[in-house]
Amino acid sequence: MYNFEYQKAGSVADAAKAATGEAKIVAGGMTLIPTLKLRLASPSKLVDLGGIKDLVGIKAEGGGVTIGAMTTHAAVANSAEVKKAIPALADLAEGIGDPAVRNRGTIGGSVANNDPAADYPAACVALGATIVTNKRKIAADDFFTGLFETALQEGEIVTSISFPAPEKAAYQKFRNPASRYALVGVFVAKTKAGVRVAVTGAGEGGVFRKKSFEDALSKNFSAAALDGIKVDAKGLNSDIHASADYRAHIISVMAKRAVAAAK
Amino acid sequence: MADMGIGVSVKRREDARFLTGNGTYTDDINRHGQTHAIIVRSPHAHARIKKINQAKAKAMPGVVAIFTGEDMKVGSLPCGWLIKNQDGSNMVEPGHPPIAQGKVRHVGDPVVVVVAETRQQALEAAEAVTVDYEVLPSVSSLKAATKAGAPLVWDEAKGNICYDWALGDKAAVDAAFAGAHKIVKIDLVNNRLIPNAMEPRAAIGDFDKATGDYTLYTTSQNPHVIRLLMGAFVLSIPESKLRVVAPDVGGGFGSKIYHYAEEAIVTWGAGQLKRPIKWTAERSESFMSDAHGRDHVTHAELALDKDGKFLALKAETLANMGAYLSTFATCVPTYLHATLLAGVYTTPAIWCNVKAVFTNTVPVDAYRGAGRPEATFLLERIVDIAAREMKMDPAEIRRKNFIQTSQFPYQTPVALQYDTGNYDATLDMALKMIDYKGFAGRKAAAAAKGKLRGIGVSCYIEACGIAPSAVVGSLGARAGLYECANVRVHPTGSVSIFTGSHSHGQGHETTFAQVVAEKLGIPSEQIEIVHGDTAKVPFGMGTYGSRSIAVGGAALVKALDKIILKGRKIAAHLMEASEKDVEFKDGKFTVAGTDKAKTFGEVALTAYVPHNYPITELEPGLEEQAFYDPLNFTYPSGCYIAEVEIDKDTGTLEIMRFVASDDFGKIINPMIVEGQVHGGIAQGLGQALLESCVYDKDGQLLTGSYNDYCMPRADDFPNFDVQHTDKPTPCTHNPLGVKGCGEAGAIGAPPAVMNAICNALGVVHMDMPATPEKIWRAANAHMARAAE
Repeated sequence: MYNFEYQKAGSVADAAKAATGEAKIVAGGMTLIPTLKLRLASPSKLVDLGGIKDLVGIKAEGGGVTIGAMTTHAAVANSAEVKKAIPALADLAEGIGDPAVRNRGTIGGSVANNDPAADYPAACVALGATIVTNKRKIAADDFFTGLFETALQEGEIVTSISFPAPEKAAYQKFRNPASRYALVGVFVAKTKAGVRVAVTGAGEGGVFRKKSFEDALSKNFSAAALDGIKVDAKGLNSDIHASADYRAHIISVMAKRAVAAAK
Repeated sequence: MADMGIGVSVKRREDARFLTGNGTYTDDINRHGQTHAIIVRSPHAHARIKKINQAKAKAMPGVVAIFTGEDMKVGSLPCGWLIKNQDGSNMVEPGHPPIAQGKVRHVGDPVVVVVAETRQQALEAAEAVTVDYEVLPSVSSLKAATKAGAPLVWDEAKGNICYDWALGDKAAVDAAFAGAHKIVKIDLVNNRLIPNAMEPRAAIGDFDKATGDYTLYTTSQNPHVIRLLMGAFVLSIPESKLRVVAPDVGGGFGSKIYHYAEEAIVTWGAGQLKRPIKWTAERSESFMSDAHGRDHVTHAELALDKDGKFLALKAETLANMGAYLSTFATCVPTYLHATLLAGVYTTPAIWCNVKAVFTNTVPVDAYRGAGRPEATFLLERIVDIAAREMKMDPAEIRRKNFIQTSQFPYQTPVALQYDTGNYDATLDMALKMIDYKGFAGRKAAAAAKGKLRGIGVSCYIEACGIAPSAVVGSLGARAGLYECANVRVHPTGSVSIFTGSHSHGQGHETTFAQVVAEKLGIPSEQIEIVHGDTAKVPFGMGTYGSRSIAVGGAALVKALDKIILKGRKIAAHLMEASEKDVEFKDGKFTVAGTDKAKTFGEVALTAYVPHNYPITELEPGLEEQAFYDPLNFTYPSGCYIAEVEIDKDTGTLEIMRFVASDDFGKIINPMIVEGQVHGGIAQGLGQALLESCVYDKDGQLLTGSYNDYCMPRADDFPNFDVQHTDKPTPCTHNPLGVKGCGEAGAIGAPPAVMNAICNALGVVHMDMPATPEKIWRAANAHMARAAE
């Protein structure tokens, strides 16, 4: 780890002011701290959001839920509000990492980091969530822009995420046996506006929507509706853990399983 | 002392300190005035070092010294085993400098050592060191290294061949093949593994300015061996001036047997600086500097007669040595591999050729099982293929070829002589444990759920209790493989045992104490087991090859027998009886036919307060020492059966059952043995299903962290049903009748589960690890075939 300054922000405004130049914001730190320990990052300053109480908490709103950015995965997994409104989201949170990660890692940190194999981006995109920052509201479709890339600008901090409740939804994850991140994760949500399917883990550019699946499922929300729809391996990751072909196949399998499991 | 003697599942006494965080590992030790070393390692698989730029680093805060290969001109890290080529010439044995000299030969090769007051300062300075390299062509796999015209790792090793060795009667094998009813063939890869002990390696070198004595604290399975190798071959320090301490060590699995560069660097450096130097590996450093395991490519053929009897076996193996010859690297694919190719079968003719190959990768050496897993995997896979082609039941073809109990001692055609065994007994027991007959029903039930279910049998044997010195010496070993024990009885009757068998997870402090309790009849609180320090233990060859109880335990029994013998003389004097009438049992010396008795404690006190003592015949004191050199290897054996279910849609595999029936002869602590087998099976299944070390074609290690190298987790496996055979065959040539149990699981498990997978999928062979993608592809091909 390199030396850095540490500042515990008292408010989002303070944090935004401090987080300029080579400074980095730390939320739960589940990605950033290991990166620092491996000396792969050398921020001048860490601005810790851990002391900002306003950023923690879950509110049921308009049938959906709004989750504060500093809410831990464990809190989401165990939230009565989330379980009631979007049980698939609670299930997803319950399956992130391990108990240590779930009790330290936060939803805001996860979406702001946009790891291409993280789970939350799939939920945000499939559920049509809105990412709320200190400056504006951003639709999930516009938020995740590439590998570890988001629409966030300098000094812009995620404060909460609003999830509208779907009619039914489910998330199915095929884990990388080594890292246990999603080799392929598919979130399927049946909403009033139609079906949305988001895939994480598999795409070269991070989370993406699977339009052909959405169209088929909007007509007929059943696993059988996906039969015969070929997933193109182009644009999918290929590495020592799985070929693009295999990932393409697993996208279909996970999508069918998510449809079958949707509640 | 029945509650703590031999055969009792006593809880591990060392666990209290381990589980409460009170162990003392090398990194927990800090010496006065200690400095910290960081090693700058090669980022290239093969390169010439053009220039090392260290001026900037030297000027940085806290930097004490910077060492390069130019500074550290010492001896070579030695290889402990000379292998002869088929033509009688010696293997190619290049030097292995602790710090690279002129060239680097694998990613992770040490290039510069930065020593600073703090670890942080050393890290900062190490990053300021820049090295100009001329990158050279490299070879990172057996295939690449053995191609015509491949770049050479060593100019002196033509074709990158270290040796071309063979064992067995080729003419007899060829004749048997010529007359065979059936010949089955296999091409297989035994996947390369990274050991991953929980505790990364660490070393502290210390130098005493007053005496000129060196001390090395290190994560080693055998401190005396390190003292010998480093002192004699690398740094020229006599044993009397060099102490090696291996304190609590958090797992080794073979990877901590070898003498590593870092040990020599910190010891030599401490002498240069007259200050202690500590080095502790980061996990990513362990991946690229600990010796790896396995890495064979093999073609084998088995000849059978019309009844399914094995007539002959031939195997040709390429074995990866990595860039340098690690301490025991050369004997692993030869004398620990080819000699096991008879397995538990009467195959009359066997021939095996092994070509050891240099590559630009981390050195490869023994890893839990060491050669024997490779032999067992080869044999148990080809036997399964034979059963398939002969349309015989896999269990029955094995039974048909078993060496019978009436045939012991049994001389195999590949040098070993098995003293005893009962292979039908372990097979019968395992078949019963898994309800082999009920498999068809379970397969049908799985099929109804859309799952493919398979069953796989593996019958293993291993040569443990390594090893008779004369035998290994004749085969090229440069060391003896005996063990030493010293028993010091203190005046009040408490006992300190000094054993050369190092414990790094095996539970020796408990098991060895049980042997002492059984022999001397004293409670375990009065027994101390000391190991891991050359200043305390007279000598030792260490722990590997499942040898601790079979060789170290035998040495302990010999030393205890000497204590009892002397005790009887003292007791006879005290009780005014003839020595031959004195019996020793349950901690008491008694005179037959009388009520006269002296406790062990009374005799001990007499030895140290010899007022009434046979002083003209006997020295005072009660301390004895013994060396034990085994007469033969020991031969644990057993049968493992795995049952798996496969999800055809994803290729995901679930192990439904795993049963193990082992014959370890006599058992000291059944609980510890069961734990050893559990751990071994987990590592074996890890190799079969999850673990694989991958280098890219440029020699970059792609599996350099746990994000990519898949270590088994508890939830990957079911509970294993591990039982000891109901008809054990104690070892015939050591005093405890023990055989050793540490490696069995890692040896027997891979073929069991791979046979089960091949059985489920109806395929001839699949290489390890059986990843979901591989299984899915095979399942798809299977379904396509079934549809035809």
